[in-house]
Amino acid sequence: MNVSAQAADQIFVTLKHWIVGFVPAPWQTLVSIVISVATIIVVFAALFAITTVFERKGLGRMQNRYGPNRVGPWGVFQPLADALKSLTKEDIVPRRADKVVHYLAPLVLVGVVFLTYAVLPVGRNMAAVNLDTGVLYFFAVGAATELAVFMAGWSSHNKYSLLGAMRAIAQMISYEIPLILSSVAVIMIAGTLSLVSIVDQQARYSAGIAHWNVFKPWGLAGFILFMIAATAETNRSPFDLPEGESEIIAGYFIEYSGFKFALFFLAEYLEMFAVSGLGITLFLGGWSSPVGFLRWVPSWLWFFGKLLALIFAFIWVRGTLPRLRMDQLMNFAWKFMLPMTLIVIFSAGLWRFLSPAVVGPQPLGGVIRWLVCALVIFAPYILLARTLERGRKIEKRTYRFAE
Amino acid sequence: MLGEGIIQGLVETARNFFGSYVEKDRLTTVQYPEERHELPEASRNFPFLLYDGTDAEAGLRCVACQICEKECPPRCIHIEKSKDKKPDFVGKMQAYPAVFNIDVSVCMSCQICVEVCPFDAIRMDKVYELSTSDRFGGLLYTKTELAKPNEYYQEIHPVEAAETDERRAKEAEEAKARAAAAEAAAKAKAAAAGAASTEPAVTR
Repeated sequence: MNVSAQAADQIFVTLKHWIVGFVPAPWQTLVSIVISVATIIVVFAALFAITTVFERKGLGRMQNRYGPNRVGPWGVFQPLADALKSLTKEDIVPRRADKVVHYLAPLVLVGVVFLTYAVLPVGRNMAAVNLDTGVLYFFAVGAATELAVFMAGWSSHNKYSLLGAMRAIAQMISYEIPLILSSVAVIMIAGTLSLVSIVDQQARYSAGIAHWNVFKPWGLAGFILFMIAATAETNRSPFDLPEGESEIIAGYFIEYSGFKFALFFLAEYLEMFAVSGLGITLFLGGWSSPVGFLRWVPSWLWFFGKLLALIFAFIWVRGTLPRLRMDQLMNFAWKFMLPMTLIVIFSAGLWRFLSPAVVGPQPLGGVIRWLVCALVIFAPYILLARTLERGRKIEKRTYRFAE
Repeated sequence: MLGEGIIQGLVETARNFFGSYVEKDRLTTVQYPEERHELPEASRNFPFLLYDGTDAEAGLRCVACQICEKECPPRCIHIEKSKDKKPDFVGKMQAYPAVFNIDVSVCMSCQICVEVCPFDAIRMDKVYELSTSDRFGGLLYTKTELAKPNEYYQEIHPVEAAETDERRAKEAEEAKARAAAAEAAAKAKAAAAGAASTEPAVTR
């Protein structure tokens, strides 16, 4: 990479070093930390605002209608109107609610979700904290969001809110397992839990194509399973039963109004970005470019481009699929996704041990290895799907009185 | 295969998404208030009074017969007859309404006043953007607000207006023909009376 591309790539790092240079030595670490944290908060909150507009316009277009287009050209100032609305609404707290817990629940949720951004490498040398156990940290902190959900449901002193919270937690816990297991395949092959080194290993190129994990069969299957589990983790359509507006009104945040509701909304979208960011880091090569000749594009631009693509995929899926019922959801997690993720781990292990000594020289050996590992995943997929669907008979509906 | 239906659904939504930018007839939204729906010919909202020509007072067709006031089911029409008379479109001297009020907050758009009017004086308008902040006075329409020219009626209900105009033209012609015939008969009678007066009286 030439000098100017490198400068563009590292522009935020150099900017931060420059600002920190103004501060006397004892204060430098603190100021550096504050700058990183402030940047993360500002950038991802701005991304949240942009996503709300994209979502509403995108869903509208998919449903053959305009999205919001009154506030500003093409509705771009809609988040401002939404923010004003949520700030000026009356904050109602139920009389018998547990006041402290009711107040803290949205704050805990938002705080914990921001914590997960600390280990994501959004660019070259741009992870806020380069932890050796980045993946473990991410999943541990991400599981704390379930606590906040239950705080919200329990403290509202409302049986429907509690019911919604129970269902939400059941869903989130059930999908934690496929989420973590699908990342175990990546960790196995990378040999490290550090997100920065996982991306570094994917940023190598052979024949102009990067070594992204998604280009390998276990990586592709793992990515799909990871994204499905991520959709369920963040209570996003089609897994949004806990907050389904037509079923239990708003589930665990029924009793929240005004800004606290906006905070729950913010937390859901931020969690979506965080888990997409992890998916990008583990499978899509993080900040690296897919092809060698596009390496001059700044790394953070690649990361946010991929993040926007995944956000669009989330919106696309939301506009397409109907909501899953609770029992369908749980069946899917335990009977389908868990066995599939175990098979993906097996396939990843097979990939590691099918070395050129076993399959023969490149490139034929590489193709054989790819096909064998893909078959090891695909065949059980078909068999499992057939087995699960066998018990269910969907007959053609006949109406006796209507013609 | 599992997941096939999902892929088909995703393709369908993607087609909707990109098609909505390319094909104009996918988006059926009418962007009110910049665009409005085309109302059908026979749609109606509240009544209005018709006048011929340019003067709303002199050309007003209503002769204050008060049939519509009596037939109106919610009794939203209020008419006060004038003391003097003015000529109508066939030339006969008719009274006119000094006061003609319709309370549109009461009117139920049943069109009975239109059906019973013998003088084609009241018809249904199509305007629906009538909201006002004055709850009582703002929805009481007086004669000046209700009177609209025949050209306006031809614009909003072309087929009905064509029929009405044809019928009225025919009636005007017949009235003229009758008047001419009556005049000729009167002239003939006067001539005969004049001729008879020069003759001596018939002996009894």
